[in-house]
Amino acid sequence: MVVLNKDNFDTEITNSKGVALVDFYADWCGPCKMLGPVLEEVEKETDAKLCKVNVDEEIDLARKFGVMSIPCLVIFKDGEQVNKSVGLKSKSEVLDLIK
Amino acid sequence: MYDVVIIGSGIAGLTSAIYSARAGHKTIVIGGPTLGGQIINTLHVENYPGYKDISGFDLINNIASQVKELGVEIVSEEAKEITSDKKVITENNTYSFKSLIIATGLENRSLGLENEKKFLGMGVSVCATCDGNFFRGRDVAIVGGGNTALEDALYLANICNKVYLIHRRNTFTAEKYYVDKVYANSKIELCLSEEVKSINGEDSLQSITLTSGRELNIDGLFVAIGKVPNSKLYENLVETDNGYIVSNEKCTTSVPYIFVAGDCRKKSVRQLVTAASDGAVAALSASKYLEREK
Repeated sequence: MVVLNKDNFDTEITNSKGVALVDFYADWCGPCKMLGPVLEEVEKETDAKLCKVNVDEEIDLARKFGVMSIPCLVIFKDGEQVNKSVGLKSKSEVLDLIK
Repeated sequence: MYDVVIIGSGIAGLTSAIYSARAGHKTIVIGGPTLGGQIINTLHVENYPGYKDISGFDLINNIASQVKELGVEIVSEEAKEITSDKKVITENNTYSFKSLIIATGLENRSLGLENEKKFLGMGVSVCATCDGNFFRGRDVAIVGGGNTALEDALYLANICNKVYLIHRRNTFTAEKYYVDKVYANSKIELCLSEEVKSINGEDSLQSITLTSGRELNIDGLFVAIGKVPNSKLYENLVETDNGYIVSNEKCTTSVPYIFVAGDCRKKSVRQLVTAASDGAVAALSASKYLEREK
């Protein structure tokens, strides 16, 4: 997974083509930790770019995309935010998000 | 056909799985979409014997791996119904059982308003310490009058621009220590003898309307009005009291083949170790029942 911060966000997401999934998470968040292995599984089965943002380090990025609770998955298509999903999800639910 | 079906994958459910498997019973845990109970949101557990400091997440994962090593499957499906002919129905499967252990725990009490669920994570929150930081510098409201609500109001007042504290009575049940601090905090505005009438917004929370008709424009609404037993599955099946399953020190219920463990049992102390203890007792009582029915 690509680790995003305010310096590489535009290159990796905003000015990038295709579908990207950004996982907003924190190390103290139990459900976020449970989502981790799910996303690793998803990564094997998709062409979408999977990325993550640590909200404790990048709170401005989190707020920019309206993250108000974590885990929060924000989906981008050609740099535009197209979907958002809050809470723990199963593999099939995540795959549906990035279809 | 399972000897023992366990609903719930918190400490109580998983401990009962250990005892049930070790007693030689064919056992399955219907754990719900998220493994673990309320404890997975706790970063530091410091009162579970054997661990000076462990996260709830790690504790649950340790116990779950112990359960799996004993050959018990934990399925991440949600139980939808318990039928009178001894079956637990999930979205895609049906599990027949000889005995059942209910360990469904507690959930946050909700206001019961439209949009409340829809906006959960989109402005509505049940955890101020988890989500508060996303509302730094904004206006928020918190509902409740107990220790949690007032402690959260003080926490939020540290990071937010303004905090409305909404409580349906004009006195608080919280300890005086918190009440005094809340009254002394200029960032907290008290809205007493008020309730939230509606939660307004399109895709996310924009405002709330109080019973007096007053509208508050806020970005975050924190609901801290306590916890209630997760009783939907069983309330028409076993004897309950305010949603808690009426039981005894053997963790039996009003139905001979149904047992209960953990926070959803009517009892006075709800701690990790008492949940674990219930798990052991419920599994051993189920085991005795299975022996008798042989």
